[in-house]
Amino acid sequence: MSETQQLSKLGMPKWGLSMTEGTLIEWLIEEGTEVSQGDEVVEVESEKINNVVEAPTSGVLRRRVAKEGEVIPVGGMLGVIADPSVPDEEVDAYVEEFQSTFVPEQEEAGGPEPASVEVNGRNIQYLEMGEGGVPLVLIPGYGGDINIWVFNQEVLSAERAVYAVDLPGHGGSSKDAGDGDLDFFVEVLAGFLDSQGIEKAHLAGHSMGGAVAAAFAMAHPDRVASATLIASAGLGEEINADYIEGFIAANRRKEMKNVLGLLFADPDLVTRQLVNDVLQYKRKDGVDEALRTIADKVFPDGKQAGVPDVADISVPVLAIWGDKDEIVPVEHTGNLPDHARIEVIEGKGHSVQMEAAGKVNRLVSGFLAEQD
Amino acid sequence: MARRITYMQAINEALRQEMERDESVVVFGEDNVGGTGAPGEDDAWGGVMGVTKGLYPHFPDRVIDTPISESAFIGAAAGAACSGLRPVAELMFVDFFGVCMDQIYNQAAKFRYMFGGKAVTPMVIRTMYGAGIRAAAQHSQSLYPIFTHIPGLKVVVPSNPYDAKGLMIASIRDDDPVIFFENKVLYTMEGEVPEEPYEIPLGEAEYVREGDDVTIVAIGRMVSMAEQAAEALSGEGIECEIVDPRTTSPLDEETIFESVENTGRLVVVDEANPRCSLATDIAARVAENCFDDLKAAPKMVTAPHTPPPFSPTLEDLYVPDPERVAAAVREVTGAGARA
Repeated sequence: MSETQQLSKLGMPKWGLSMTEGTLIEWLIEEGTEVSQGDEVVEVESEKINNVVEAPTSGVLRRRVAKEGEVIPVGGMLGVIADPSVPDEEVDAYVEEFQSTFVPEQEEAGGPEPASVEVNGRNIQYLEMGEGGVPLVLIPGYGGDINIWVFNQEVLSAERAVYAVDLPGHGGSSKDAGDGDLDFFVEVLAGFLDSQGIEKAHLAGHSMGGAVAAAFAMAHPDRVASATLIASAGLGEEINADYIEGFIAANRRKEMKNVLGLLFADPDLVTRQLVNDVLQYKRKDGVDEALRTIADKVFPDGKQAGVPDVADISVPVLAIWGDKDEIVPVEHTGNLPDHARIEVIEGKGHSVQMEAAGKVNRLVSGFLAEQD
Repeated sequence: MARRITYMQAINEALRQEMERDESVVVFGEDNVGGTGAPGEDDAWGGVMGVTKGLYPHFPDRVIDTPISESAFIGAAAGAACSGLRPVAELMFVDFFGVCMDQIYNQAAKFRYMFGGKAVTPMVIRTMYGAGIRAAAQHSQSLYPIFTHIPGLKVVVPSNPYDAKGLMIASIRDDDPVIFFENKVLYTMEGEVPEEPYEIPLGEAEYVREGDDVTIVAIGRMVSMAEQAAEALSGEGIECEIVDPRTTSPLDEETIFESVENTGRLVVVDEANPRCSLATDIAARVAENCFDDLKAAPKMVTAPHTPPPFSPTLEDLYVPDPERVAAAVREVTGAGARA
């Protein structure tokens, strides 16, 4: 498996703890095409969601090793990217050597697993990856859980400890959502940081999680190294009430698939398994009540309530948005403080951290490195 | 990652959690207390297979042993349901329904209708079905089609531990009489089951596996037979879609039709006898509604039209197995099928 600078494996990625294999859906480029690092090369379907695999390096796509429709284990070879100067025989030998020595990772290999901690009398589920540095805490949005960071957490954890946290009423945390307003979530987040012995952290929040991060940064500026606000709520009044109400009401696969489709510019990314996972969560006792409580406080009457004056945020801010966001309008970036860095990604929707994971990861990683 | 428990533990947990949540939930049947009261015995068992074991010490007033008179205690359940309780009565083997059927089909199933919607009958009858444990002709039948036939009853046939828990909780909370069919061979099946209570709506089928070539509708234990067949067929290049209706009444026809419209081929796997069964019902509904989509005649894989045999050799041949399912799939995809 020697990897010279001129030959690189395009491998099956691991998206989430349970992924062991993926299906190659479609090659997006032909053999012989020149690619730059980060270009979208091939579409892959995991059990949970479809996504694109990006070129790990710049060069030419020399071989499409895996065929469309083929199931490849995590780490297996999809293709080879190499400099045009590398002779064909060398590329073939590289493929042959890899295929003859590759051993798929065994299931249950003891990777990181979610843990729980009690915070102010509630059980909070979180997933910790990586170590050292100023830690990064990922905060999902309304109805979301730690799985929405499936394409981001592992990549970002190469540089620091990264925690993904289920808010009360969500994921594997207690279903009791207290008052259900932003102040409540700020209090929980402070308690969570205390429980982990974290004095100061970078925060990154998606949607309502962004509103929590922003509110926290204003309440406790001394504890926040930076705030990354992704398709964030809390910056203006508008919100797509069809999504909020639709998410609460949906109790059938078809309804939920339509609602989740609003999160993506390409609704085909929503797989049946993703829909099932969300329904499994939604069908637990207490979840719909918690979602109702939160919606009534944070998004009453189809609008965002208690939007703070975010111009006062003193910590460094990175805002990332997809220009096709159908939940929170991209225009809300205009309300951010002048010092905020704003990145709008074309052609992507509300869950831009999933739909353009590679780009978002590079933006966040670069931004955090500057702050450390 | 997630917790794994058995099908039997999942049902027991659903009963316990609902009894904790709602004081009107009561459990009764033959030996459900589990030997308590006999000399030297305390919660020794719980029903003939032990499904209700452990409930009595928690809820001594609400787990009740009954005499061996199904007519009496099933009737008592119907009456209790009409007067404010939510009884879960255990009809040990569904094969015994003959002695209490009047209470089920002509009483409980009719109350809501005949009292103009003013009466509700929130009762669950738990019952075991299916062959495979050498229990012979009077303890091995798959009689859910008989109950599916009767308006006013809901019929649930879970195929795995996760569904068993969520469907049991939904059945207890439902205001109509529900007949809950537990396959005795599945009791030891393990699967991931959340600790929290949750409901799976009655009348929603599940896609167990996705595929474009053939739709296999399989019921209860037959889902795992279909899964094994689909795994083998995938190696031959045939991709099966497996739909588990989870409840036979109401039946989620929309999901079945949606799948058949995509695949154009149908195999129904039903452990019941072949005449007037779920297999015939689903095949007929599909033929009537998706005729233009079908590329081959629907195929049924069922038990033969005989009682379940006592001979182990014959009993093993009686229950549909993965080989028979695979053969049916090859038939609807192969020669003789319309292109």
